[in-house]
Amino acid sequence: MSERPVPEPSEPDKAAVPSPAARLAFYQHAGGLVTPLVTMVLAFFIGGLVVLVVTGKNPLSTYKAIFNGSGLNWFFPWISHADRATAAFSLQATLLTTTTLILTGLAVAFAFRCGLFNIGGQGQWAVGSIVGVWVASSFTGMPAVPHILLAVVLAALAGATLASVAGILKATVGAHEVITTIMLNWIVFWSAGYLFGETGPLHSATQAFVPVSSDIASNTHLPVFWGSKVLQGLDVGFFVALAMLLVFWLLLNRTTLGYEVRAVGFNSSAAEYAGISVRRSIFLAMAISGLFAGLAGAVDVLGWEFRIGVDDIQGSTIGFIGIAVALLGRNRAPGIFFAALLFGALINGTSTRNLDPNVFKPELASNLTLMIQGLVLLFVGADVLVIYLWRARSMLKVGRGKREKSR
Amino acid sequence: MARAERRRFPARRLGEPRFIAAVGIGLGLLAVWLALPPIAARAVFWPIFVGVLAVAAGIWSASRSAGRVGWGAVASGLLGVGFGIFAMRASTTNLEGVFVWSTIFASTLRYATPLTFAAIGGMFSERSGVVNIGLEGMMLMGAFFGVWGADKTDSWLLGILIAMLAGIALALVHAIFTISFRAEQIVTGTAVNFLALGITGYVFVSTYGAQGAPTNIPEIPDVSIGFLKNVYFLGPVFGTLNLMIWLSFALLIVSYFVMFKTTVGLRIRSVGEHPRAADTVGISVYRTRYAAVATSGALAALGGAYLSLGFVHTFDQNITGGRGFIALAALIFGKWRPFGAFSAALLFGFSSALGDHLPDFFKQGSALPQLFNALPYVLTIVAVAGVIGRSIPPAAIGRPYTKQ
Repeated sequence: MSERPVPEPSEPDKAAVPSPAARLAFYQHAGGLVTPLVTMVLAFFIGGLVVLVVTGKNPLSTYKAIFNGSGLNWFFPWISHADRATAAFSLQATLLTTTTLILTGLAVAFAFRCGLFNIGGQGQWAVGSIVGVWVASSFTGMPAVPHILLAVVLAALAGATLASVAGILKATVGAHEVITTIMLNWIVFWSAGYLFGETGPLHSATQAFVPVSSDIASNTHLPVFWGSKVLQGLDVGFFVALAMLLVFWLLLNRTTLGYEVRAVGFNSSAAEYAGISVRRSIFLAMAISGLFAGLAGAVDVLGWEFRIGVDDIQGSTIGFIGIAVALLGRNRAPGIFFAALLFGALINGTSTRNLDPNVFKPELASNLTLMIQGLVLLFVGADVLVIYLWRARSMLKVGRGKREKSR
Repeated sequence: MARAERRRFPARRLGEPRFIAAVGIGLGLLAVWLALPPIAARAVFWPIFVGVLAVAAGIWSASRSAGRVGWGAVASGLLGVGFGIFAMRASTTNLEGVFVWSTIFASTLRYATPLTFAAIGGMFSERSGVVNIGLEGMMLMGAFFGVWGADKTDSWLLGILIAMLAGIALALVHAIFTISFRAEQIVTGTAVNFLALGITGYVFVSTYGAQGAPTNIPEIPDVSIGFLKNVYFLGPVFGTLNLMIWLSFALLIVSYFVMFKTTVGLRIRSVGEHPRAADTVGISVYRTRYAAVATSGALAALGGAYLSLGFVHTFDQNITGGRGFIALAALIFGKWRPFGAFSAALLFGFSSALGDHLPDFFKQGSALPQLFNALPYVLTIVAVAGVIGRSIPPAAIGRPYTKQ
């Protein structure tokens, strides 16, 4: 994502007539910031309208409650000591979700840069969780560090394997990755029901009638660096996610592999003619995508969940939100960070635990979150719309003659 | 004469790879069948034996230039072994008591109907060149607003109409963004699913609160056919079926006719295969696509309304639980054709029905039958991978059209 400041739209048009290439570059850079921002504003505006019309509440106070519920007010210097303690608690939860969303967002984004749409983040995340909980709850005699590493690595590999199925099918027989990844999601979904269900092979040894896994060994818990160790404080998984953002950027922009992946994403025929193996790139891009998502699952399990229930997998949409994160973040590392933070805040700000029920019912608010996610996806997908509106604006100013020329 | 005959019977001698592969697929199916009544073999040996034979036949023929069908036989053999063993885990006494085929078939029809509606809806949209991942959301809209409408108006018929309107409304959102704004169709579809989840959940909670949907909503009636009722086997299956199931049969025939025998269908298909050519001969690509997507919304919503008003008789958040995606799978599996999609829906419904009825004769509380629910998705992957007759989508699918 481009971090350049956005000039006023009228300025460059008036000063000198830039070359078409320069203008295109400007639109792309500006669009990189403007589109997500406009998208967000639109989505929140419509969400606010829904609050106003359906519930008759003041949308601003609702959003304020959600904001406070997300714990982001922790950054404000003026809030009271007691509020700060609550906010810290909420913020930890928000950042935990952000951690997962960064990774599932990366999973979507990496494939996207190769021109592939990985809808399977959900399944890859789930497989990562399943393998993570399996490894961490068995082999109990192992020392902590190798045990954690083993669990994390195997979980990431499991995610990569699942994604590779789609990658291989795309690379060899051309099966559309959207369809295969959707199907793989559901296969994992039902497999989890079997694995953790009663009499399932990974079912808890102690809780006979609850469809849940065994607890992971206590020495495999990831170290918590902020907040309570038992009440879901923020663990080092957050730094893992941040590190992965860097890895993502380095991999794409500083390695041959990344160059090839991007080349295939831009134009696979041209890449093929340039001697890049498109099939290899597709396979690797999917596998690396799955790696990120599988890692997300492991970090969740070892960081704060410690066990996995059937509901944790079947009721989760974290991988799908990764799609919104990647698209809103324009598939760039910094963008993904902020988008993940936004959605992490939204999810936790509307959770029953954090949202003040006197201001707005959390059950309603969580559906509001879903709607806002949907709207964001809708508008982000239609960035033509935003750029179009914006261009139409500048055209109105400059007049019709210019428009003919820019064609 | 001789030539015509040769064409009708292409060289398919015994021992030819393709034939062996077909036998392999048959053996794979046999492996599952062995475990079920009336044979109900009780030794794990049999499904494994037959399944391995199927795999062997598949590998043999795959290595002899019958790749696709051969791998199909391999897949069918492996699946046969897997599911044969599952079914084998059942205890025989329970099995005979509960496993009545007619119950399973009746249940199959009930499970297949929402899929049929949504899959045929999806066919209209996808045949016109618009990917519809949003089927799930449109079904959900139908399921909720069907219940909501039936509850408010006290009439199931109005409930269905309101459901269809809700489905059309959501489909139009999809249409506006994909057709007019040329947004990425898969992104928009995903967005539409989130929107539906949010909208139905929001209105559901704000209307019905914590106590959930009322249980005394008017239901879609069952239709009994008098003379069929006492016929052996057919009676329990077709004797009393929900109105919507009969409607789905009718829809099947109508949609086949519309899609392949009328000008409208030809237009839809041409717009999905080659929009530029269609545009050149004066077919409005945009209007056709809008109409097709709206139809898909209405039909998917009908499927959802059947689910809530005719089958489950209530609504709960996310009641569809992935059925829209199974419908999509059925559509792909059935090669974007009504009867193909219907057969796939029946197959998937059968696997749901098995998953539903098998727990009775598995060890108490076993989670194993859950895996039957995964079967449709496995089969779909096999289908798109091109093993059993490759599914090739309409040529212009997923590509927005820009009028020149």
